[in-house]
Amino acid sequence: MKEIVVISGKGGTGKTSFTASLAYLGGSDVVVADCDVDAADMHLLLKPDFAKAEEFFSGELAVINQDKCTKCGRCKEVCRFNAISIINNQYIVDSLSCEGCGYCARVCPVNAITNEDLNVGNWYISNTKVDNTLVHAKLGIGADNSGKLVAKVKNEAKKIAVENNKDYIIVDGSPGIGCPVVSSLSGANFVVLVTEPSVSGLHDLKRVYELVKKFNVKAGCIVNKADINSDKANEVREFLKEEKIVHIADFPYDVSFTEAMTEGKTIVEFDNGDLKKLVVDSWNKIKEITK
Amino acid sequence: MKIAIASGKGGTGKTTLSTNLAAYISETEKIVLSDLDVEEPNSGLFIKGDSVHKEDKFKMIPVWEEDKCTLCGICQKVCNFHAVIQLGSQIMVFPELCHGCYACSELCPVEALPMVPKKMGELKEFKNGDISFIESRLIIGEEQAVPLIAQTQEYVEKNFSEDIIKLFDSPPGTSCPVIEAVKDVDFVILITEPTPFGFHDMKLAAETVKELKKDFAVVINRYGIGNNDVIDYCERENIPILAKIPNNRKIAELYSKGEIIYTHVPEMKDELEKIKNYIFNLRKDRK
Repeated sequence: MKEIVVISGKGGTGKTSFTASLAYLGGSDVVVADCDVDAADMHLLLKPDFAKAEEFFSGELAVINQDKCTKCGRCKEVCRFNAISIINNQYIVDSLSCEGCGYCARVCPVNAITNEDLNVGNWYISNTKVDNTLVHAKLGIGADNSGKLVAKVKNEAKKIAVENNKDYIIVDGSPGIGCPVVSSLSGANFVVLVTEPSVSGLHDLKRVYELVKKFNVKAGCIVNKADINSDKANEVREFLKEEKIVHIADFPYDVSFTEAMTEGKTIVEFDNGDLKKLVVDSWNKIKEITK
Repeated sequence: MKIAIASGKGGTGKTTLSTNLAAYISETEKIVLSDLDVEEPNSGLFIKGDSVHKEDKFKMIPVWEEDKCTLCGICQKVCNFHAVIQLGSQIMVFPELCHGCYACSELCPVEALPMVPKKMGELKEFKNGDISFIESRLIIGEEQAVPLIAQTQEYVEKNFSEDIIKLFDSPPGTSCPVIEAVKDVDFVILITEPTPFGFHDMKLAAETVKELKKDFAVVINRYGIGNNDVIDYCERENIPILAKIPNNRKIAELYSKGEIIYTHVPEMKDELEKIKNYIFNLRKDRK
């Protein structure tokens, strides 16, 4: 079983459109994990059935029992996150600022503070319209701990893939280089970087690849909208060569990607010509590399 | 007056709007632009200027002083993040897991875990005409963006007066980095594209901003592609749509080169004018 993680650094380069197309081509051979739990969009193309839903608890929130509180102020004093303020002569915890470190509860002399487990979202196991298993999630509004929810989604996908003897897990990662991305990279066999030939696309590609290198995992790259700026596209290709990143394919700037998405379709369902061939060839290449 | 430019979905045009709006407003008055997408800061690729200040940013983490330690185990017990672990007669600290709450350090009975600064990123300030531009970038491998975002906002707060307009280019998503970027601003502009992904993530962002009790409005980018769902939703929910930036290959090309767009594309300037007027009216109402 091989784990293929698709990331980009920069958002909006076409990660999800590409990943969903691989899912479509892979069919029942693959388990798909949508690890962009902040802004999960894969379900819009793969039409999952949300067959199994579970709540996800992670982290804690300090809650002050006003009946017990003696207003000594010790909690506010030790909180490094300015999460406790005095409102109407009561000590109140701001749930968005509280990191759940539990320090306040430990120092409260009258045990007026308890830590409550936080429900940070839901996660799902679904069957999709093309008969793959999709593990996905929805992070609660304003919730913390997306890295842990990413780990949960990935581990569940892995479990299902192992139990059912599947060949691949395909992971759609989130933008950036922070904890959700780190979480989605751990355990990867191959990383697909989706970029675009723009100053920001290249800048973000270089930063995210620095992170990938720390994981010592082989990477390939899809250059999307490759014809939008040929100088930058050359710079991207040069960077790939220098870093020995496999250049998987160039995709053109094409409205079909948006039109397919608007119809709720992957590009391989929408297009029967060159675009479809590009994705099919890319998928074959990835399979060949990860063999 | 502080305005965050946020989106939910990545790549919808946060940086394009932030940099162009900052440049456009700076034609008439001083403005501050701050890039809070510390994981992948891009605004600086479009707004270049003379460096006026640079500083390292630190988070505080505990270090173990073996000779003082009595191996009582309290530090491990009080760390909710498993960043301090006792292994035999050793205390191990995992800095990337540490949230800097100080519990282990201050509850240690023998002061064997003093807090020391660890560099997590760099803040730089540039000046370009009437734009003051501040960006912070997280060191690659650091997982937590929130402390750096918070310190960048503190820097802006401290160094610029209340009435100057401050634009914050925010990170994508809806989780902690965005919350940190948005929670203290006066107004939020959500930029989206009229596609199913754009619409879906814009709704999430709108819910997040509502949860934070912020006033907000929407700017539609790449207007002309996709469908009408974003517009219908905004009308239904009474969310003002400030501008519609047309879908235009020329804009994508200029963006790819790192250029400011409105000086080349008149339609872009018209849309920026609408946003600027809206912001100026907001400011008038606040006074």
